[in-house]
Amino acid sequence: MKVLVAVKRVIDYNVKVRVKADGSGVELTGVKMALNPFDEIAVEEAVRMKEAGVATEVVAVSCGAAVCQEQLRTALALGADRAILVETDAAQAETLQSLAVAKLLKAVCDREQPGLVILGKQAIDDDANQTGQMLAALLGWPQATFASKVVISDGRATVTREIDGGLETLALKLPAVVTTDLRLNEPRYATLPNIMKAKKKPLDVMKPADLGVDIAPRLTTLKVTEPPKRQAGAKVADVAELVAKLKNEAKVI
Amino acid sequence: MAILVIAEHDNASLKAATLNTVAAAQKLGSEIHVLVAGSGCAAVAQAAATLAGVTRVKHADATHYADQTAENLAALVVAHAAGYSHILAPATTFGKNLLPRVAALLDVAQISEICGIEGPDTFVRPIYAGNALATVKSTDAVKVITVRTTAFDACGQGGNAAIESLAAGPDLGLTQLVGRELTKSARPELGAAKVIVSGGRGLASGENYHKLLEPLADKLGAALGASRAAVDAGFVPNDYQVGQTGKVVAPQLYIAIGISGAIQHLAGMKDSKVIVAINKDPDAPIFQVADYGLVADLFQAVPELTAAL
Repeated sequence: MKVLVAVKRVIDYNVKVRVKADGSGVELTGVKMALNPFDEIAVEEAVRMKEAGVATEVVAVSCGAAVCQEQLRTALALGADRAILVETDAAQAETLQSLAVAKLLKAVCDREQPGLVILGKQAIDDDANQTGQMLAALLGWPQATFASKVVISDGRATVTREIDGGLETLALKLPAVVTTDLRLNEPRYATLPNIMKAKKKPLDVMKPADLGVDIAPRLTTLKVTEPPKRQAGAKVADVAELVAKLKNEAKVI
Repeated sequence: MAILVIAEHDNASLKAATLNTVAAAQKLGSEIHVLVAGSGCAAVAQAAATLAGVTRVKHADATHYADQTAENLAALVVAHAAGYSHILAPATTFGKNLLPRVAALLDVAQISEICGIEGPDTFVRPIYAGNALATVKSTDAVKVITVRTTAFDACGQGGNAAIESLAAGPDLGLTQLVGRELTKSARPELGAAKVIVSGGRGLASGENYHKLLEPLADKLGAALGASRAAVDAGFVPNDYQVGQTGKVVAPQLYIAIGISGAIQHLAGMKDSKVIVAINKDPDAPIFQVADYGLVADLFQAVPELTAAL
């Protein structure tokens, strides 16, 4: 079974984001970029499937500007066999939205015919949490979002999902789409020899037009602002003072 | 054009998140319809009909809607989407799972987790774990939206909507529920609780978590929450997690115990009305958002607090 993994280039999760003064977005110049953490979990899961003999090939796909090759190389260093970049120009990359990415991935799936697609449940930049579900819809495939465990056997994926109130286990007919939650696995670190090897692995580049997909945005961002700051309150000396303040000042107990 | 709200329920009762979603719909227009799709869920349809502002309830009852799988539900929503300007669901794991599938089938964008409404096509939503707010305008004919429930006060009662039966769509047979392990608790639901007692790595073990926090939560009638660190360490199950990737909460009182206050966690609770932090590290970031900070050893302070209430 071929496994396709979708990955996104985002601001590194350790970076404190700053809203641009003109309100047009967040500052990206000179900021460290990385593989979206949920996508890293997706790559790790696919690579473990290959190591377990369940998957035969792991293909990493990204959509965006040429710089996304860096994140594809990271996926290759983590163990993906080859990569595909659906390359847009830098301006298009900024307005590339979930629906357009899902359409691009659908076109890639039509060509590659994977048995399973794994994506992160959301990207930590726009926190949309949509692409996997949209891709499943466009392909007409079953979906299992927020996965904390995936078992493949007998042409089915049995997926445990993190839902409000607990866990849910679904059995899906393959091919299927799975999106990862935090506790699915702990991704490995790319070793130096693997980083070197990744440079030689195949990376194909294609354009949205090659796939016949219209990537025009459907949402226009009018402005981006800082959220209202919460003011730090006061320290209390002891439990007695805390209880008194909650009763008399905040009046919440 | 009317607004369609997808009800979240367990076939027996309507989830509170639906009330917040109807409240968001009220800000968009006057005619609100609620879709209740499930199995043996007539009581849910009745409950939806009494919500303030709801003019019609569409009730689809079939065994293949019992487990609320996205594939069958999305097909049903899309089959009945004509005539609606907006389709809304709560931004819970239910709504987040379902609505992007609906949007893609309608070939429109989905607008995730809105926390403000500026007009029929313009919405405010958090990005970067709530470190920025984006105002976005949709150019699509139908706006498919998930609603951050804590940003909209629950709608009231007093409606008397007509209930209309919908013919069920086909069973696509793509997924099958194997089982659910739901946390059974007599406590209020985390997403709807007025008071939340939340614990972090500082508690050092699951045993300490339960021994120290449960009596306090009992006294306050509170829900129990946790930081990602406490969940990852196995103190409590994943559905306790408050934060960017867990639940976003906004109770009247949030008591953070042994939680350092990673950005990820703050994103999930900083809209709480009153925040109390108990932590032995005076430099913990949680104190930067806390209304009342107590620098103390939680193993002494928490039992003392429980006793004082």
